[in-house]
Amino acid sequence: MRTDVKGISRRGLLTAGMAGGVLLAFRLPLGAQTAERAPDESPDQFAPNAFIRIDGEGRTTLVMPQVEMGQGVYTSIAMILAEELDADFRRVAVEHAPPDERLYANPLLGVQATGNSNSIRAFWTPLRKAGATARAMLVQAAAERWQVDPAGCTTFEGVVTHAASGRTATYAELAGAARDQPAPADAPLKDPRDFTLIGTSAKRLDTPDKVDGRVVYGIDVRLDGMKVATLAQCPVFGGRVAAVDDSAAMQVPGVRQVVVLDDLVAVVGDHMWAAKQGLEALDVTWDEGPHADLSSADIWTDLRAASETDGVVARSTGDIATGLGTGELVEAAYEMPFLAHAAMEPLNCTVRLTPDSCEIWIGTQVASRVQASVAETLGIPDGKVTVINHYIGGGFGRRLEPDMAVAAVRIAQKVAAPLKVIWTREEDTRHDVYRPVYRDKIAATLSGGSIAAWKYRVAGAAVLARWLPPAFQNGIDIDAVDSAVDMPYDIPNVHVEYVRAEPPAVPTGFWRGVGPNNNVFAIECFIDELARKAGTDPVAFRRRMLEKSPRMLGVLDLAAGKAGWGDALPPRVGRGIALQPTFDTSIATVVEAEVDGDGEIQLRRVTAAVDTGIAVNPDTIVAQIEGGLIFGLTAALFGEITIERGRVQQSNFNDYRMLRINETPRIDVHLVRSGEFPGGIGECGVIGGPPALRNAIYAATGVALRRLPIDRSLIAGGTRS
Amino acid sequence: MAISLNINGSRRSVEAGDDVPLLWVLRDVLGMTGTKFGCGIAQCGACTVHIDGSPVRSCLLPVGAIGDKAVTTIEGISETPEGARVQKAWLDLEVVQCGYCQSGQIMSAAALLAVTPDPDDDDIDAAMSGNICRCGTYVRIRAAIKQAASDGRA
Repeated sequence: MRTDVKGISRRGLLTAGMAGGVLLAFRLPLGAQTAERAPDESPDQFAPNAFIRIDGEGRTTLVMPQVEMGQGVYTSIAMILAEELDADFRRVAVEHAPPDERLYANPLLGVQATGNSNSIRAFWTPLRKAGATARAMLVQAAAERWQVDPAGCTTFEGVVTHAASGRTATYAELAGAARDQPAPADAPLKDPRDFTLIGTSAKRLDTPDKVDGRVVYGIDVRLDGMKVATLAQCPVFGGRVAAVDDSAAMQVPGVRQVVVLDDLVAVVGDHMWAAKQGLEALDVTWDEGPHADLSSADIWTDLRAASETDGVVARSTGDIATGLGTGELVEAAYEMPFLAHAAMEPLNCTVRLTPDSCEIWIGTQVASRVQASVAETLGIPDGKVTVINHYIGGGFGRRLEPDMAVAAVRIAQKVAAPLKVIWTREEDTRHDVYRPVYRDKIAATLSGGSIAAWKYRVAGAAVLARWLPPAFQNGIDIDAVDSAVDMPYDIPNVHVEYVRAEPPAVPTGFWRGVGPNNNVFAIECFIDELARKAGTDPVAFRRRMLEKSPRMLGVLDLAAGKAGWGDALPPRVGRGIALQPTFDTSIATVVEAEVDGDGEIQLRRVTAAVDTGIAVNPDTIVAQIEGGLIFGLTAALFGEITIERGRVQQSNFNDYRMLRINETPRIDVHLVRSGEFPGGIGECGVIGGPPALRNAIYAATGVALRRLPIDRSLIAGGTRS
Repeated sequence: MAISLNINGSRRSVEAGDDVPLLWVLRDVLGMTGTKFGCGIAQCGACTVHIDGSPVRSCLLPVGAIGDKAVTTIEGISETPEGARVQKAWLDLEVVQCGYCQSGQIMSAAALLAVTPDPDDDDIDAAMSGNICRCGTYVRIRAAIKQAASDGRA
């Protein structure tokens, strides 16, 4: 009998949240978003809800509740609204939503945040309703004007047509009249078969400004009289400023001021170069505090010990004790390093203070958290803080934190001018909020060539407990065990535990792909080890456990077929496969890689098959998978943040390596056509590459790697088994 | 001290020390923010501009060393035939994701095509491996450069 804790999986929890279950405490009033009219701006403007404005000049503006950080959401969300509104998509404008939890909170998170691959999943239904409601009001206005039955009116590309009388009116002409129409409670949604925009690879709305330098990211903001600052926090986590000698720094041309706070120093200049040179010239003595001796070795010793202790049960199916007592027992432990986000746009925030208010220019995944954090810092009401959100030059979870805004405001409080604060790359790397270290232990028994029992313990930090406390219940971080609980394989006895193990001093946060990065790596590596024990091909071994998961089976077969699974390969070349049931999207990834005698790895080819249900913009989905694969493979090949003497040892792209174009293989992404509810995508591409690569190396060398990043010394000179 | 620069075909006079890198003169003095700061140590290529047509990392280029040489930035690259073709290919193939590195990618690609009108994969690797894209758009960058090259032959 399956005895899952109710709502324990991400999917379960989110479903419960939508139904008013587990997340009741912070469930948002969905009605407000789609039913409440925006404030009047002009008498001929039609603004039926928080997302749509149509003015008398014919401009249709769609307000984006989710932020654009490369994932294409401004286009796909606009497509959903425009589809049901029947707007002319080529002429819509989009703008960033202001901070407003009531109007713009993400229905699946309960807070105004962009992440967790849930923009489309969360807003699919509310935005379709918002568009359909607005369309119905425009039709009512036209029908009233023409004294005809609204049912005889049709809409297309911003025009209402009454075919019987041959009359037409544009949405612009109808805007003034539409605002006086009652909003229908239940405007009909289109049959998906009638979609003309959703399902097409519409051109992205943000691309033109991004190819000619016009786009403005937070770091590009310029204000009259603005100064530029850069900062240094204590290199040791938790340390403080002891003493500062600013005499040399103040001699640097263009330096205007040195700001010393209890935990950081900043140099203010006419431009970033002056600030940066000034910071280098600043003589700071740090009080390194209690963590001055902290090292990665200590953190790993503690985590390994914690992972040997019993955890909180996150799932228990069947009888694990009996299951583990039958057949051949196999055990392994997998380890994942700290990772930095390393978005291309270094952290930054621009601040203009008045005595009782504050304006913030920033690119953030959490506009309302920035607003609230700044308001708290300044001791003023939230409403006195204006947050102007921007396109983000890479988020990946780093901009789910408001720390950069708080630091900028604290510095700006000491400066009598508008201030842009920019992190150097080194500061960005050394004061990130890192993907936690994890250690996953799995024990399984093989009986008759099949898995009889599976006991899986995840140990690592509970990011969710800090970031969204109401979602951390019964000691279980549902993100950390997400894919452990939602494993696709049909195994009779399954037991999943979670051990919360917080590393001292090192701040941890969400990193693109989040918990499933860790779970899927451990699961898919171990499945390959079991397949080898069973003497079975890895694809065949997986197939027989997927009879109840047709979508997973579909992508497995598609990816294997497209990748030429089973075709002969040269020596020291291998193919590896990984499956993932993540964010309501099923993906199979095949990596083909070569390992040379020194253990260096050449990626030869990557093939992914993706079933995400309805594909709002198929080309964007393919792009997200392509890029996510690069992101994940970068981490597998190079990514590790290490700590010595309380300090992060990496600093910039010279010692925190990124995959480059000359190391990038051919990538083929195959989408499954589907009418199922749309799944998440942005996180997904990251997850499958690392285990598929590891399994390719396993096939090429026979070496079962159990830790990332890949240690070349373990596979140098190995032979294909 | 006033320094005279030839940027995108226009003569600009800027108040800056000789040692200030071109990147910060462009961004913070002239307000030309299309050129991006990524690393400050010529590792990522986000700040790539052309000096007399050659790709250069502006984060390490002292403004005093430029003299009369022509500076071309992303704001002016559409004026060159290679730049215009690269921008069109970038749009056609939807290369861009977050976009932050793309000014530098486009500048490197345009410089490649000016010298090597029909690049093969090795040429592309050699010209583009100094430009990091954290969103991982490399597959499309490669395809777009080939399309831009093909458009140049048409």
